[in-house]
Amino acid sequence: MVTLNINGKAHTVDASPDMPLLWALRDLLGMNGTKFGCGVALCGACTVHLDGIPRRSCVMPVSAAAGHSITTIEGVGVTATGKRVQQAWLDLEVIQCGYCQSGQIMAAAALLAKLPAPNDTDIDQAMSGNICRCGTYPRIREAIKRAARKPATARKES
Amino acid sequence: MGHMSRRQLLFTGAAAGGGFLLGLHLEALPRVLAATAKGTQTDFAPNAFVRIDKDGRVTLIMNQVEMGQGTYTSMPMLIAEELEVGLDQVHLEHAPPNDKLYANPIFGDQETGASTSVRAFYEPLRRAGATARTMLVAAAAETWSVGAASCHARRGVVTHTPTGRKLSYGALAEKAAKLPVPAQVALKDPKDFKLIGTPAKRLDTAAKVNGKAEYGIDVRLPGMKIATAAASPVLGGKLVSVDDSKARTIKGVRQIVRLDDAVAVVADHMWAAKQGLAALDIRWDDGQHGKVNTADVVEGLAAAAQTPGVIVRNEGDAPAVLTEATNTLEAVYEVPFLAHATMEPMNCTVRVSPDRCEIWTGTQVITRAQGAAARITGLPLDKVEVHNHYLGGGFGRRLEFDIVTQAVRIAQQVEGPVKVIWTREEDIQHDVYRPYYYDRMAAALNAQGQPVAWMHRIVGPSIIARYLPAAFKNGIDIDGVDGAAQLLYDIPAIRVEYVRHEEPALNTGFWRGVGVTHNNFVIESFVDELAAAAKQDPAAFRRALLRKSPRATAVLDIATQASGWGKPLPAGRGRGVSVLFSEWGSYLAEVAEVSVSKAGEVRVHRVVCAVDCGTVVNPDTVKAQIESGIVFGISGALWGGVTLKNGRVEQSNFHDVRVMRINEAPAIEVHLVRNLEAPGGIGEPGTAVTAAAVSNAVFAVTGKRIRKLPLENQLRSA
Repeated sequence: MVTLNINGKAHTVDASPDMPLLWALRDLLGMNGTKFGCGVALCGACTVHLDGIPRRSCVMPVSAAAGHSITTIEGVGVTATGKRVQQAWLDLEVIQCGYCQSGQIMAAAALLAKLPAPNDTDIDQAMSGNICRCGTYPRIREAIKRAARKPATARKES
Repeated sequence: MGHMSRRQLLFTGAAAGGGFLLGLHLEALPRVLAATAKGTQTDFAPNAFVRIDKDGRVTLIMNQVEMGQGTYTSMPMLIAEELEVGLDQVHLEHAPPNDKLYANPIFGDQETGASTSVRAFYEPLRRAGATARTMLVAAAAETWSVGAASCHARRGVVTHTPTGRKLSYGALAEKAAKLPVPAQVALKDPKDFKLIGTPAKRLDTAAKVNGKAEYGIDVRLPGMKIATAAASPVLGGKLVSVDDSKARTIKGVRQIVRLDDAVAVVADHMWAAKQGLAALDIRWDDGQHGKVNTADVVEGLAAAAQTPGVIVRNEGDAPAVLTEATNTLEAVYEVPFLAHATMEPMNCTVRVSPDRCEIWTGTQVITRAQGAAARITGLPLDKVEVHNHYLGGGFGRRLEFDIVTQAVRIAQQVEGPVKVIWTREEDIQHDVYRPYYYDRMAAALNAQGQPVAWMHRIVGPSIIARYLPAAFKNGIDIDGVDGAAQLLYDIPAIRVEYVRHEEPALNTGFWRGVGVTHNNFVIESFVDELAAAAKQDPAAFRRALLRKSPRATAVLDIATQASGWGKPLPAGRGRGVSVLFSEWGSYLAEVAEVSVSKAGEVRVHRVVCAVDCGTVVNPDTVKAQIESGIVFGISGALWGGVTLKNGRVEQSNFHDVRVMRINEAPAIEVHLVRNLEAPGGIGEPGTAVTAAAVSNAVFAVTGKRIRKLPLENQLRSA
């Protein structure tokens, strides 16, 4: 049994220590917002935060995630930064099929938490691990800049 | 498509809960629908485009699937415009499988593809909305004993204009359902449109920013198992034996399913299934394709290219002009097999019981999926339920239902529901690939450098012969020649030929931009060659040849002006242009600006695209689709290419299936021409127009003419 702290709640799962966090989230806990894309940390669809740092959950064993604060797409909107990113995504109509966007939003929220006013190079570095086959990159770039500018509207930063 | 209006017929019936149901179908089927409408509530409740319950809830049923292209906003806009409801007032439902109700008239079945949704449903969905509104207004007028002309509808409420009396659609639904269907309804004059042509916020995205949107892969059912599969690595290969002793010891692995061409590991979760699959010792009989390499495929195509093809278009006598001309050019162009790599890997969830089969997936062809399941299980169609979902990318991949077929076969051996998920490696290596095409081009220029003859011989398999056999006529694959047959350039002698040549070592199918993606690269590259041979500016050369096509000329002018065509660029940069017209009915012109490193890496800095797709439903969606198509097109043009070694696909995941990332994405400008011409397709043209613009820009900056994709392979080996 492994206990995981996800979006502020403790969850105990019957998982072998080497099970990637992605499958614990999806198949054991039913938290389906985190997506499977490649299984080998090449596409970023499975991005979550571990203590605020973006990590690829498809290659992160639950044993490494235990004891840390995990944030998923289901919980990121609670933070002011996450909320702003989600709103900017909607305001600029970033999303097409949407499948990669959980990972994109998680990566962007982590970037903005670290760098409140990222430039293009910062955005490239933070976001180049997240593939979007719908090619929403120009809008992702603009949405990150918009989220960086826009005042916080969420209830509180957690 | 021009004949839709006389073929369509509307019907009504009492919906579940005494509501109002309205749909549209082809006239051959009224009896079936009448029976449906009189059936029980559960029989017919979903079978329509509009459903209004007594509580006033307006539900629009989406026959065209949402895979990112914005149909779940554009289709509602068409209905809501005429129904007189706000987009904030509607609820959307995925349509169940039903060709009688939901067939796309361009294909004849319930299908989302080939950039057809707005083209096919522009009028029918407006008519569906208008008929519903007309009947609701009639119901109100009857209630008040006034003339319908003295009433008007707005935001789901009918108002008696002189007295201000109001009744909501919900209050009118039951009464409206009993009224006769008007034979004719007036559609709005476009100048009165409130929604169509005005930017609308997408209706599907709120649930896509917080993880709540449900894709096929997200289905969860009580008692559901998760399976992952390995099919024969060689197409047509068969399973010989499996040693599953190690796999069975893995915690969570429940069952090993053997099919004649695949093995699946069924487990409590995907991690166990993946580990189990890796632990299997599988022996395959490769069958007849076990020695095939890409070079063998190309050899077969090249040989076929020596034979004349079926004539697709013939004006003047191009062969004779070419024989007599002194200034001629010839070239061979090749484009590779391409994988789709949708972000959501192939998956399908199935529960098979003795008298029923239930399927949960995201598919572009829900009735084909249903039919396949019925054939496999032997169940009648009405015992096969298919629940559609959002698609995590389509790009043509989900026009195929191979995953459904496999999942049903696996589920037949599993107790309870099972979700089959392919790993990315399985997805890349068992795709239904864009075909390898081989094109021979020839042209003659006169003394003034004007083209006087054009010959284009297209060699490749026929997807249409397999996919829509009724549309494969006279040996011509209408998709394979799309864009080539409609060549807009004013050249006195034109011949376009098609040579069908099947290469059975890989399954081939539609890829974003379909036949046009390949043809536009070939045509627009070769036109660029002619311009260079004529020592003329590539844009001016095209413009002169487009003299009979004002819409094409207009987009070319917009794209060249907006891109600064002809103005100086920083050292090491070049511009390339391309123009597109095809069966989609849209006109595009694109200018790409690139640089090429010494190592042969291409950087696309900026893309300017002008688009005339006629009537626009949601302008921002059109722009988004063009942006999307351009990025998809650059990925394919620079890096795309699946290769075969000993019958096996050599690529497997995003390390060797390179696709564009944000740090490589160009600035993109889309310029929309607004007019009231018939709507054209928009999901794919952005992809199709891009490879040539990029390749022509590479020529401008390097002097290297690339006739074989992917581009970077050629620049590295050049």
